[in-house]
Amino acid sequence: MKVLVPVKRVVDYNVKVRVKSDQSGVDIANVKMSMNPFDEIAVEEATRLKESGAASEVVAVSCGVAQSQETLRTALAIGADRATLVQTDAELQPLAVAKLLKAVVDKEQPQLVILGKQAIDDDSNQTGQMLAALLDWPQATFASKVELSADSVSVTREVDGGLETVKLTLPAVITTDLRLNEPRYVTLPNIMKAKKKTLETLTPEELGVDVAPRIKTIKVSEPPARSAGVIVPDVATLVEKLKNEAKVI
Amino acid sequence: MSILVIAEHDNQQLKAATLNTVAAAQKIGGDVHVLVAGHQARAVAEQAAQVQGVAKVLLADGPSLADGLAENVAAQVLAVASSYGHILFPATASGKNVAPRVAAKLDVAQVSDILSVESPDTFTRPIYAGNAIATVQSGDAVKVITVRTTSFDAVAAQGGSAAIEEQAAVADSGRSAFVSREVAKSDRPELAGATVVVSGGRGLGSAENFKMLDGLADKLGAALGASRAAVDAGYAPNDWQVGQTGKIVAPQLYVAVGISGAIQHLAGMKDSKVIVAINKDPEAPIFGVADYGLVADLFEAVPELEKAL
Repeated sequence: MKVLVPVKRVVDYNVKVRVKSDQSGVDIANVKMSMNPFDEIAVEEATRLKESGAASEVVAVSCGVAQSQETLRTALAIGADRATLVQTDAELQPLAVAKLLKAVVDKEQPQLVILGKQAIDDDSNQTGQMLAALLDWPQATFASKVELSADSVSVTREVDGGLETVKLTLPAVITTDLRLNEPRYVTLPNIMKAKKKTLETLTPEELGVDVAPRIKTIKVSEPPARSAGVIVPDVATLVEKLKNEAKVI
Repeated sequence: MSILVIAEHDNQQLKAATLNTVAAAQKIGGDVHVLVAGHQARAVAEQAAQVQGVAKVLLADGPSLADGLAENVAAQVLAVASSYGHILFPATASGKNVAPRVAAKLDVAQVSDILSVESPDTFTRPIYAGNAIATVQSGDAVKVITVRTTSFDAVAAQGGSAAIEEQAAVADSGRSAFVSREVAKSDRPELAGATVVVSGGRGLGSAENFKMLDGLADKLGAALGASRAAVDAGYAPNDWQVGQTGKIVAPQLYVAVGISGAIQHLAGMKDSKVIVAINKDPEAPIFGVADYGLVADLFEAVPELEKAL
């Protein structure tokens, strides 16, 4: 069984981004870029499925600029067998990415697609669901547990107030939540091995996909700042202030 | 054109998130219709009909819609979508699950997690874990939107008298099946809608110690929350997580205990009316957003606070 794992190159989660002074966007020049953390969990899960014998091949795919090759090499170092980059300098919105991924799915014919529930840059939380819809496949978002069998997959999902388990007929799309697994540290020998693995490059034109953005960003601004309040000396003062000043208790 | 709001419910109760989403719909302007897609959910439709400002309730009732499976609910929304210019979902686990499926089938973009309505096609939304706010304009004919519920004041649950129109429920997709649900039973209010939230962080040190927040939460009638660090460390369940990757809350009072205040946590609670922080590290970033900070050992301060209330 082949598993496809889409991954995105994003600003590293430790970087505090700065809004550009002309409000045209955030400044991402010279900041550290990494694989979207939720996608890293997806690569780890697919690799574990392969290691357990449930999956036979793991193919990583990324859509974006040439440097996304680095992100794909990381996926290969974690355990993906080969990679595909759909290379473009164009701004890609979730619907366009879903269309590109559908074209790659049509070509690769995987039984399972596992990807992160959201990217930590645009925080859209759309691509997996959109891909499932375009393919007419069932979906299980926010997965915290995945159990794969020959023609179906059981997925436990993080929902409001608890957990929910659904069973999907394959092929299917799964999006990952935080608790699904803890991605392994990539070792130097595996980084070296990853350099020798196949990385194919395609373009949106070759896949016949129109990636024109549908949403225009008019401006990007700083969130309203919250000013610091007072430090109280003890619990008694705190209770007094909550009662008489803030009037919330 | 009219606006369609997808109701959040459990086949018995209309959830408060629906009221915030109707409020967002009213900001766009136009007749607001509410779709209740469920099974044996007439009671929900009747509650929706009473919501202030709702012009019509669509009730699609059938076994395929019993468990909120994304495939079926999305198909149900699409079955009625053609008469609407805007389709709004609350940005809850179920709304986020279904909305992009609807958008992709309509070949339109989705605007996720809106914070405000600037005009019928322009909205603000958080990016980079709330560290920046984007103002975006949708060029598509139909706007599929998820609404950050804490950013819109709920409309009144009573006072309306909308007609209920029945819709044929869609057939089951046959591709997905509901197996089970484990909902944490709790007498406490729901985290996302609570007026008081007591949250614990890694400072509590263990799952055992985390339980010391129970008494404080009981005294305050509060929901319990946790930072991602506390969840990752196994001190608290994942659905308690407050932050960009967890729940977004905006209660009247937010008490952060042993939470340092990572950016991703602040993104989930900084819209709270009053924030109290208890932490022994005076340099903790949480004090930068707290209205009242107490620099103290939480193991002494929490029992003392509980007693003083």
